Amino acid sequence: MGVRSWIGGWPVYRQLTGDDPLGRGSAATSARTAALRPRTAEADDVVPSVCPYCAVGCGQQVYVRDGEVVQIEGDPGSPISRGRLCPKGSATLQLTTGPTREHTVLYRAPHAADWTELDLDTAMDMVADRVIDARRRSWQWEHEGATVNRTMGIASLGGATLDNEENYLIKKLLTGLGVVQVENQARVCHSSTVSGLGTSFGRGGATTFMQDLQHADCIVIEGSNYAEAHPVGFQWVMEAKARGAAVIHVDPRFTRTSALADLHVPIRAGSDIAFLGGIINHVLSEDEYFREYLLTFTNAATIVGEDFADTEDLDGLFSGFDPEQRSYDVMTWQYEGMQTAAASGDRDQFAGRGTHHDTKESGRSEQQGAGGAAIEGEWPRRDDTLTDPKCVFQILKRHYARYTPEMVERVCGIPPATFHRVCRYLTENSGRDRTSAFCYAVGWTQHSMGSQFIRAASVLQLLLGNIGRPGGGIQALRGHASIQGSSDIPTLFNLLPGYIPMPHAHHHQDLDAFVRTDAADTGFWSHMKSYAVSLLKAYYGDNATADNDFCFDHLPRITGSHSTYDTVLAQIAGEVKGYFLMGENPAVGSANAKAQRMGMANLEWLVVRDFSRIESATWWKDGPEIESGELRTEDIATEVFFFPAASHTEKSGSFTNTNRVLQWHREAVPPKGDARSDLWFAYHLGRIVREKLAGSTDPMDRPILDLAWDYPMDHGDEPSAEAVLAEINGRDADGRPLSASTQLRDDGSTSCGCWIYCGVYADGVNQAARRKPHTEQDWISAEWGWAWPDNRRTLYNRASADADGRPWSERKALVWWSEDVGRWVGHDVPDFEADKRPDYRPARDARGVAALSGTDAFIMQADGKGWLYAPSGLTDGPLPTHYEPQDSPFPNPLYGQQRSPARLVYPHEFNRYHPDADGPGADVYPYVVTTYRLTEHFTAGGMTRWLPYLAELQPEFFCEVSPELAAERGLTHTGWATIVTARGAIEARVLVTDRVAPLRVDGRVLHQIGLPYHWGPNGYSTGDAANELSSISLDPNSHIQEVKAFTADIRPGRRPRGARRDALVRDYQARAGVTDLTGTEV
Amino acid sequence: MAVDSRGTADAAPQHGSGEQRPRMGFFTDTSVCIGCKACEVACKEWNAVPEDGLDFTGMSYDNTTGLGADTWRHVAFIEQRRPLGAQETGAGRAPVDLGMPAVGRPGDDPDPATLGDFRWLMSSDVCKHCTHAACLDVCPTGALFRTEFGTVVVQEDVCNGCGYCVPACPYGVIDKREDDGRVWKCTLCYDRIGDGLEPACAKACPTDSIQFGELDELRGRAAARVERLHGEGVSSARLYGADPDDGVGGAGAFFLLLDEPEVYGLPPDPVVTTRDLPDMWKHAGLAALTLLAGGVAATILGRTR
Repeated sequence: MGVRSWIGGWPVYRQLTGDDPLGRGSAATSARTAALRPRTAEADDVVPSVCPYCAVGCGQQVYVRDGEVVQIEGDPGSPISRGRLCPKGSATLQLTTGPTREHTVLYRAPHAADWTELDLDTAMDMVADRVIDARRRSWQWEHEGATVNRTMGIASLGGATLDNEENYLIKKLLTGLGVVQVENQARVCHSSTVSGLGTSFGRGGATTFMQDLQHADCIVIEGSNYAEAHPVGFQWVMEAKARGAAVIHVDPRFTRTSALADLHVPIRAGSDIAFLGGIINHVLSEDEYFREYLLTFTNAATIVGEDFADTEDLDGLFSGFDPEQRSYDVMTWQYEGMQTAAASGDRDQFAGRGTHHDTKESGRSEQQGAGGAAIEGEWPRRDDTLTDPKCVFQILKRHYARYTPEMVERVCGIPPATFHRVCRYLTENSGRDRTSAFCYAVGWTQHSMGSQFIRAASVLQLLLGNIGRPGGGIQALRGHASIQGSSDIPTLFNLLPGYIPMPHAHHHQDLDAFVRTDAADTGFWSHMKSYAVSLLKAYYGDNATADNDFCFDHLPRITGSHSTYDTVLAQIAGEVKGYFLMGENPAVGSANAKAQRMGMANLEWLVVRDFSRIESATWWKDGPEIESGELRTEDIATEVFFFPAASHTEKSGSFTNTNRVLQWHREAVPPKGDARSDLWFAYHLGRIVREKLAGSTDPMDRPILDLAWDYPMDHGDEPSAEAVLAEINGRDADGRPLSASTQLRDDGSTSCGCWIYCGVYADGVNQAARRKPHTEQDWISAEWGWAWPDNRRTLYNRASADADGRPWSERKALVWWSEDVGRWVGHDVPDFEADKRPDYRPARDARGVAALSGTDAFIMQADGKGWLYAPSGLTDGPLPTHYEPQDSPFPNPLYGQQRSPARLVYPHEFNRYHPDADGPGADVYPYVVTTYRLTEHFTAGGMTRWLPYLAELQPEFFCEVSPELAAERGLTHTGWATIVTARGAIEARVLVTDRVAPLRVDGRVLHQIGLPYHWGPNGYSTGDAANELSSISLDPNSHIQEVKAFTADIRPGRRPRGARRDALVRDYQARAGVTDLTGTEV
Repeated sequence: MAVDSRGTADAAPQHGSGEQRPRMGFFTDTSVCIGCKACEVACKEWNAVPEDGLDFTGMSYDNTTGLGADTWRHVAFIEQRRPLGAQETGAGRAPVDLGMPAVGRPGDDPDPATLGDFRWLMSSDVCKHCTHAACLDVCPTGALFRTEFGTVVVQEDVCNGCGYCVPACPYGVIDKREDDGRVWKCTLCYDRIGDGLEPACAKACPTDSIQFGELDELRGRAAARVERLHGEGVSSARLYGADPDDGVGGAGAFFLLLDEPEVYGLPPDPVVTTRDLPDMWKHAGLAALTLLAGGVAATILGRTR
């Protein structure tokens, strides 16, 4: 440094000689200040990424310097997030680089009091040995006389937080091993979406994309706390609002979503079908429906068979109910003239009447994720005057006639004036020139009627003509980065990739029988054999040939339900030896947390892969049962392996967001220590197992040894995620990437790991990695990522044009028929055969796609129609019907039938239900509880409770109660309350707030209690888990648990410690007269 | 525009130096705030601000409670039994009369005409980057300085922790970090904006409640927004800190509020605490002169006696 610059650096010199004589600005700057540069400017690399929390799928940019991640920010180019991030997304730097992540493999030996460290290779070897051993000891060749080729000794849970490629490899490996109990958070969160939307429209994904909400004239948010759970996606609601749209929030609580809404409608938790049914009744009786749309695109005119009897006729039951089996025979629900055809066919739902119970339990409805339910026989008769009493329209009218405004008030606690306000908003903003959208999330899915909640919205949106049109549709707001992906490429027991069903032992003998059973004769699902054969080629490679039925017999068979809740009960019963938890924390996040832990305590071994020591990894030393003395650590024989997981910045792969858009995130830095990607774990576990079994002649080992398990490495021993994506996309006979599922063949010449994702690697280019900024594209931004199917962003968009192919209005134009070019054209990729004329009419003997007419906008449906009435596909009714939740303080005012007759209940010592509303003991649990998420935390807390920046924002578990309830029960603001059900007792800090309003329901005051469910005893911010209170009672279609509405008591003060906690629960049970039969009545 | 002893009323020229840039600031439109607190976290991540302790306060969803050395953005949550423009809600009171005594809180409006009215206000607070910044005025070390963007920034390598600035701030923003001794506050991401980036909070904000830009342009945008809200029936919308003639000469970070500033914990009429300093110096000087003159006179008179 020269003397001159040394003097010049002196502030006083600068003050005297410069233009800052007061020395308050430039003269005062220090050398550090002058040299200040943002660390983003110093980065060596800016890596494109995607936020790992919810399913909005915000774009991220990961800044790397000297091999370390130094900053993570929103990607301004993203058309979805436009550079913004919520508090969780903003905390991903702390999530990925913070000190609470584990980097060492931990091992807990049987009966040991603590962890010991273990070498990664040794741990992998030990797990492989245990997998082989458990498989051998629990192998089943047959089950009740039918071939199954499987093991029930191993189960797996997790996938919604993982990449598509990881889910693909996990399912492929476990299927190869004969494991059928494969599940993930999609079961627990949005399985009802798949059955609800899939049966109604043909695909189980949101019908629209979030950005399109800006074009809505009215948005109804119900069953979702949009602003809190999906803050960045909520910007599109705000855009609509800024353009003048009305925003309605229907929710038991006034939330941060309500704060921005024009109208907040408090509702009793669990009564949404009564509310939506009321609106349906209003629309039908006031002639507010969109008649032309209805006649063109829905099954309103279709005639239903003579044998169908409605709930109106049977006091709350549909025809075909078998009280012994607690299930419906759906034969009588069919369209007219279809029974005979179905009887001669082998449709799974129609298959042998003796087995429909098993089929029902196998979660069949989720097959509708990518194709509507099958129907068979003659084309159903129509009455376009809509006057035939047996047509769907008239059945609908009759079914909902009793859902009057007065009934809505009685059931939901919503005054008629408010109800009419909602009706007016909706009907005034639907029609030719206006559209309304519905947004929901797990507030609808997580009920014993979850699928039917979504069906009710589907019926309403079809009546109003809002599906397939800009600003319309139903947005299923999913809550995990790839929970859509983990349904599409499922780690689910009942599905194979692309919603191909897992073969069922009773019904599927060979591949042709399997396809005959599940494929439709008409619509795109008629190509199912091509999809299935191509999948088998992807799974088994050259080993799959036409001669061996493409290794179809290698697939393990399911027999009834193997959902995560069935698995837990099997664990408690000692039938499961080993359990993988991959990015999921059921000891906090699944219903009946105690049952989850008691199941794990009965395992031989448990593998947990996560960032930190979550509750599901440590229950054996510090879980609630250890504190209460019910379990003693030294008595627990479960071996526990904890593997630290790689974060999204440490691996490459794709997430599928709630828009069905696949977005690629690239590895920014390699994981540290023993942390590895789940792709690495699945691949190497498979490799080691296969090496250990190499040369085995045991037929049991054939499927795992026949797997195509040869993947290139990216670097070191990390498998190439892009190579897995290419396998998912599919190849032709010469190994060239396919570009569309229409290229798939059933002769074994093509392979494809997931037919609905075919095209994501078209031309050998990773289409999911496309990042053309939204500022350089139109609002659809088709060149950002890749959406299934075929990059279509609004599903069923053929319905945005009238029967003749003209837009319903200029304002609502999306795709239309161009006579000039002889094709469908427009803003979006047409969700229709591009050259099928609107006036095309199929010949009567047409089959496959040719059987769909030029107005059949719902191309995945067998009849091409949006289903107001579901003649098949659902197991609990063709029309949504209000039943009370499993635990409810009210008798059903609508019918004699109290609860959904087909719901699944699992009476068990750890899973007791509450008494009937009008029976003795009902007043012991008088209040309604609803559970929910907060913006500041994420699901079971594994990715937030450990982070100081998020923990400080919501530091403790609390309950929300009204001032009136606080007065009634003596609860003190910020004090403690104990909440009790027949399952458990927890304590929470009390937040007294006007935001939870008491309601007048069925003539009396009802208080509701709000419980965020993020907490557990581990981590930085701790608290009791709300799921200690919930029960396992399931929707029969989706096997989702009812945690959004149940009953409880609340009392002031902290809960008892030790054994007295359980004593309190038992005391309540005794007072309520709870037995093993309570609440299990049909 | 008034010119005072500390230079001009416009903060930007106070920086001096030839690199003068347009004055930059924040417009926080609380009418679109969803209370997500992304601003709090994004700020902490970028600036490596320490965690501030786990306190369940019971103040609605506000567990941060206020700005401080370890909190440079703070979201306030206010639950009120008042209507918000045309919004209709069933909260606040049951939509039907429950026939039971209400549990009122102090200050609640008992007027039965307002039964059923409810609103939940959220607002992200931040350092105001005043035109007349008292913290800067009193800083004896030159740690606080006016940047070329017209913002007020603490230089952490200069601050000696004297703490004079802490009581000087009319908003109670600047604060001393106990384990460190120095004072800390929002820098309006001085390092980022120097590189053409948005401040971290504004970039993250999901609904654009926090807007960053040239102050003049922001003021125009804010005025239009207030007008629109008034047109929509939100008559309580008003700007706070946007007026260059207020007690701090206008704030570089100003707000659109939906209620009185006090409701959000903001001073209703903040005045730069050094406003009277020149006068005080004048008076003190006068007093000193008088004393001196008196002394001299006494001496002279004493001699002549």
